[in-house]
Amino acid sequence: MADTSPAPLPPSAPPSASPPGPGPGAVPRPGLPEAEGWSCPAPLRDHPVVVTGHGGGGALSAELMTHLFAPAYGEALLPGLADSAVLTVPGGPRLAFSTDSYVVRPLFFPGGSIGDLAVNGTVNDLAMSGARPLALSCGFILEEGTALRTVDRVARAVGAAASAAGVTIATGDTKVVEAGHGDGVYLSTAGIGLVPEGVDIRPERAAPGDVVLVSGPVGAHGVAILSVREGLEFGAEVRSDTAPLAGLVRAMLDVTPELHALRDPTRGGLAASLNEIAAASGTGVVLAERAVPVPDAVTAACGFLGLDPLYVANEGRLVAFVPRRHAEAVLAAMRAHPQGAGAAVIGECTEEHPGMVVARTGLGGTRVVDLPIGEQLPRIC
Amino acid sequence: MKYIEEFHDPALARKLLDDIRATVTRPWALMEVCGGQTHSIIRHGIDQLLPDGLELIHGPGCPVCVTPLEMIDKALEIASRPGVIFCSFGDMLRVPGTGRDLFRVRGQGGDVRVVYSPLDALDLAHRNPDREVVFFGIGFETTAPANAMAVREARRRGLANFSMLVSHVRVPPAIEAIMESPKCRVQGFLAAGHVCSVMGTGEYPELAARYRVPVVVTGFEPLDILEGVRRAVRQLERGEHQVENAYPRAVRDDGNPAALRVIEEVFEVTDRSWRGIGTIPGSGWRLAPGYRDLDAEHRFAVTGLHTREPARCRSGEVLQGLLKPHECEAFGTDCTPRSPLGATMVSSEGACAAYYLYRRLGGPVRAAREEATRRG
Amino acid sequence: MCLAVPGKVVETVERDGDAPMARVDFGGVVKDVCLAYVPDAVPGDYVIVHVGFAIQQLDQESARASLRLFAELGLLEEEFGDAWERAAAESGEAAVR
Repeated sequence: MADTSPAPLPPSAPPSASPPGPGPGAVPRPGLPEAEGWSCPAPLRDHPVVVTGHGGGGALSAELMTHLFAPAYGEALLPGLADSAVLTVPGGPRLAFSTDSYVVRPLFFPGGSIGDLAVNGTVNDLAMSGARPLALSCGFILEEGTALRTVDRVARAVGAAASAAGVTIATGDTKVVEAGHGDGVYLSTAGIGLVPEGVDIRPERAAPGDVVLVSGPVGAHGVAILSVREGLEFGAEVRSDTAPLAGLVRAMLDVTPELHALRDPTRGGLAASLNEIAAASGTGVVLAERAVPVPDAVTAACGFLGLDPLYVANEGRLVAFVPRRHAEAVLAAMRAHPQGAGAAVIGECTEEHPGMVVARTGLGGTRVVDLPIGEQLPRIC
Repeated sequence: MKYIEEFHDPALARKLLDDIRATVTRPWALMEVCGGQTHSIIRHGIDQLLPDGLELIHGPGCPVCVTPLEMIDKALEIASRPGVIFCSFGDMLRVPGTGRDLFRVRGQGGDVRVVYSPLDALDLAHRNPDREVVFFGIGFETTAPANAMAVREARRRGLANFSMLVSHVRVPPAIEAIMESPKCRVQGFLAAGHVCSVMGTGEYPELAARYRVPVVVTGFEPLDILEGVRRAVRQLERGEHQVENAYPRAVRDDGNPAALRVIEEVFEVTDRSWRGIGTIPGSGWRLAPGYRDLDAEHRFAVTGLHTREPARCRSGEVLQGLLKPHECEAFGTDCTPRSPLGATMVSSEGACAAYYLYRRLGGPVRAAREEATRRG
Repeated sequence: MCLAVPGKVVETVERDGDAPMARVDFGGVVKDVCLAYVPDAVPGDYVIVHVGFAIQQLDQESARASLRLFAELGLLEEEFGDAWERAAAESGEAAVR
């Protein structure tokens, strides 16, 4: 980030530029509170407070990581901090290690619940480094006054999802916050898994010539959540696609250990995952827009809410960057697995436009598929 | 899905493009008025498929982009007040006011909610009788029937805690303002189809005749936009300046009479300031005297605003087609989609945001364009 | 300001005194829509919906006519176009057919 660009609201605005007295509505004067401790003179300059976009998995989340957490952690930070890290035990195996938190509303939605998301999300983060998940932790943060029946329903969902994914719940924790300080139930998880010998799956490894595969139709989870929030009904029911992907990854690794990069496109959708891999590897990604499988009801819901299915969240899908010579066999293995039945080739890596994702539109034009800035909002124009 | 995908057909698009290429003999500059059309053009890469020299200027038809700064500051101030539930279409949340946006107000404790329809705001008012529910009633003629009905219903249902902050704008006076500018480069207009679904086409023959420009009422799917372009250049090449309806499935000449009656009852024409452009006489609607008690500007006395537009933002010239976004000094340095100086850098259909993406791409876009031209 | 999409009226709902509403199907997604401005729409009709309101009835015959017109474009030129248009069309025909 350039360190010379003057911000529209310089941290040290001269007094004459400020409105006299406290701002309207007695809101603190805009501008960065204290520049000290910030690694960049102009970071997060639009948002001196946390906004929802900081947790949206897009550009604001990335800024928070780069400009706040990374410098704050300093030397304690393992380089390349990502959703999941691979740790080498001296003389022992390589362990994948991941943590995640879940603040979804509503707690229960068509096709799943916060409990399914917590287990599958953590299992999937581990699986994206090629690991076989072993054990999870699960912490419950409960709001005072929440019905125990609700907590029980969530806990049962956690148990069932863990059994289905073949992992144990090894440790847990419960905390209660005052009424009004939480949405009933928040979950916080961590997971560890074993990375098989010879497997090295990282976003940085994507390379020109790789073929980009997706494991099935995208957008169903995000639209299922929206359907509850926006009062939509689905004739052909749209259900969350939440599912554990470790089995699918294992089937792919059985074809070849030489998978380059895997990502589960959750928040920020396919667009965010492809951008992360393009940026980490410095390759360009070309997406054939018409090849991306999108369920009709997802297309329809996105149509009238003004959303782009490429940016809608998934909880049971993965994108894979695979060397061209293995692509056909990997695709076949994916399609033979229940979690990959709808798998498709959606693009390729190129040396052109490094670090960027470009879609070929159905009409033969192109457009840049950028990292989403924050959360996607329904639009009217 | 019906009446959407049929209008995305690549084979028919090629026929339309062939026809456009066969028709065009020299450079032309068309303006698509509506932000929804700009969005579709960028989303489908349509501008890259048109023959060289045929330029689409993105017009001021993004209500988010043209809502005046003062009105946004009022919205921010009202939304910050305790006891208020402030409802808005999602588009408005990231638009910068003086130093902050609705997102930040929410981050600082304001109760800001995104709604899909003004009727959702009415329901919120009904369910929260002890709170003041304010709806940010922005938009062009397309949205006016919905907002007018919400006001009327609030009165009928006796929802005393509902009010609307109205910043409605009208398209024809804006077209007039653009054409009156001495530096105007626009030679033909693609009029906004859904505006005409409500208003009809009656406002345009006089404008087309006075400024000798073709006006083609145009839809939003890729084939609709290509058809609008095709008809406009055909007129230009023939030296004509007619009003044509290239979106007959959604637009009747007399518009929607039932909607027009309610608009007439609830709103009255007023001068309106357009962000970056200035005040255009008769270009807005505000609540009619009989509904003034539902006007949030009256209910909440907002004073002491210090409206301050970043001095270097030249979005007004961009909106009028006088300046290409990348010709602005702040473009891509101090002004990016993540950190916008002006509203045109905010919304995905804003001209500056669109240019920002394509400038970054550079080479590949040109290559794709050449390839498409070769294939075509 | 124009995100409006066509949907098919599934059923209409009349409540005393309230604005007429309808359940409208957008390709598998059903949403309640206010029909106050398109009071003549009946189940099976298509309406164009913006922020929860039908703002116009979709003329299905016009839609079909537009698509027919696009499909016939190259053909019309051959019959009626001038020499210059014909030449240009011929050079483009190969890609189309």
